[in-house]
Amino acid sequence: MKVQLLEICHARSGDKGDAANVGLIAREEKFYPLIRSTVTASAVKKHFKGICNGKVERFELPNLWALNFLLHNTLGGGGTVSLKQDAQGKTIAAALLRMEIDVPSALTRKSSKKQTTMKSVIKKK
Amino acid sequence: MKEKIRIASGQGFWGDLPSAPIDQVKLASKQSPIDYMMMDYLAEVTMSIMQKQKLRDPKAGYAKDLVDVIDAILPDIVEKNIKVITNGGGVNPEACRDAIFAVAKKRGIPIRVGVVLGDNILDDIDPIIKAGHPLKNMENGEALTNVRSRVLSANVYFGAMPIVEALRQGAQIVITGRTTDTGLTLAPMIYEFGWDEHDWDKLASGTVAGHILECGAQSSGGNFSADWKSIKDFANIGFPIAEAYPNGEFIITKHPKTGGRVSRQTVAEQLLYEIGDPKEYITPDCVADFTSIHLEDLGKDRVKVFGIKGKPATDFYKVSMSYNDGYSAQGNLTYTWPDAMEKAMVADKILRARLKKSGCTFEEMRTEFLGVNSCHGPLTPVRLDEVQEVVVKFAVRGQDKNSIVEFGKNIAPLILTGPPSVTGFAGGRPKPSDVVAYWPALLRKTAVTPKVIVEETK
Repeated sequence: MKVQLLEICHARSGDKGDAANVGLIAREEKFYPLIRSTVTASAVKKHFKGICNGKVERFELPNLWALNFLLHNTLGGGGTVSLKQDAQGKTIAAALLRMEIDVPSALTRKSSKKQTTMKSVIKKK
Repeated sequence: MKEKIRIASGQGFWGDLPSAPIDQVKLASKQSPIDYMMMDYLAEVTMSIMQKQKLRDPKAGYAKDLVDVIDAILPDIVEKNIKVITNGGGVNPEACRDAIFAVAKKRGIPIRVGVVLGDNILDDIDPIIKAGHPLKNMENGEALTNVRSRVLSANVYFGAMPIVEALRQGAQIVITGRTTDTGLTLAPMIYEFGWDEHDWDKLASGTVAGHILECGAQSSGGNFSADWKSIKDFANIGFPIAEAYPNGEFIITKHPKTGGRVSRQTVAEQLLYEIGDPKEYITPDCVADFTSIHLEDLGKDRVKVFGIKGKPATDFYKVSMSYNDGYSAQGNLTYTWPDAMEKAMVADKILRARLKKSGCTFEEMRTEFLGVNSCHGPLTPVRLDEVQEVVVKFAVRGQDKNSIVEFGKNIAPLILTGPPSVTGFAGGRPKPSDVVAYWPALLRKTAVTPKVIVEETK
């Protein structure tokens, strides 16, 4: 089933010059292999069409159940020069959490209710 | 050697919560002691602002708020023996120290203050280049000569070692200029635990602790994206504290009965903040490997951080320079139902046509619809005909100042010469402000020498 990353991840973003950095962290360890295989650099580049004008780099941090992305040429010239409302890329993390990925139903069934509720998914069904 | 030290974060940027450092000190007790407090005041743009202030007044150019903080906490830090380490000295650490001495004299409390100097290379750029250090832009390789005449500030990022020297000379307060945020936290660990300056794993551990503390409450529940509604008592959010051990392990926590939260998730989010390649977190002190970090949530707002690996420091300091790069201005108008969004878009067309007619030239003109899609752009699932009201933000940037001035004159006229039900224009015409651009470079460590001065109030 399709699940929005917001359901299984949290994230934080900021600026590195004209690039935005987004740290994407699985809410539970069991979701890490899933985001590792599905949230690829090219998938993120496609998701940010019209926002990210450069390449997307991806780095893996398995101990933290996390992926780090660098979205190059994204902030309108960088913090002090940019005319963008979000010149520092602070809300790019939330924008990534909009992305939908395919989640095997086995993984969602086993999900502990307390940690991760699949409310929005169930509602959609 | 102490079996552990506790380092509190008091400020994450210039303009952070004013009560935070005061509360960190006030709440320090036998049950929740504090040995050190670090305060980060400097961002890349900050140095150029401070440099401008110093040009106007040779006694300015540092974070004035810092002096107010010291005034408020001085009796407590002396009584509780808390040492304060901060980069709030900006481009004038000595003037900052003198202001602190004045406060200490007023209160009749003698205090030993150390300053770290030598990072400010603004007046030495030409000799440095002559000596064979080109200071090329490390992002695009451009030569500095292209912007040399417009440089506003130039500072080397020093690491922890000059602060360690100030602590060895008995400073209770250490004021630096452009020191890395992480060095402020690493320094007391090196000093207290006697870490070797080549013990890369331990230096990396202290550096990671510094990264977790350097943005204040961003590791203790602030700006937390997972389940933010479950964070308790934002109003009294506790800033983080690192409880460090001689073997390099540390625990992130906060004072009891404060708001916020320290959990695996809040710490992990901060660890991922503004990093590039996680295996290559480069500081003047070491290269830390963020993929080696292990987190263990101990419960009750305590998270253990351990297993951190480091590599040798590089031979270079990073240099942060800023230079003038033209002008910018922005103006807002608010349009309401009916057809709010359509009106805002028409207003944009009108403005652009008028500026074109006036012969204005810009490097960039950007129009954004605040409250609709200014941040997430094409990812925003919104029906434009359903927008009830919208703030349209017009912004321009360019080298021709007259064009920017003309832009400022053309916002308000839209109210009486364009679509209806428009408001929200106050505060006069948008005026051109200087665009300050950033120039990062590398410099061999042998080219500059930090200078440490420790003195006591007389």
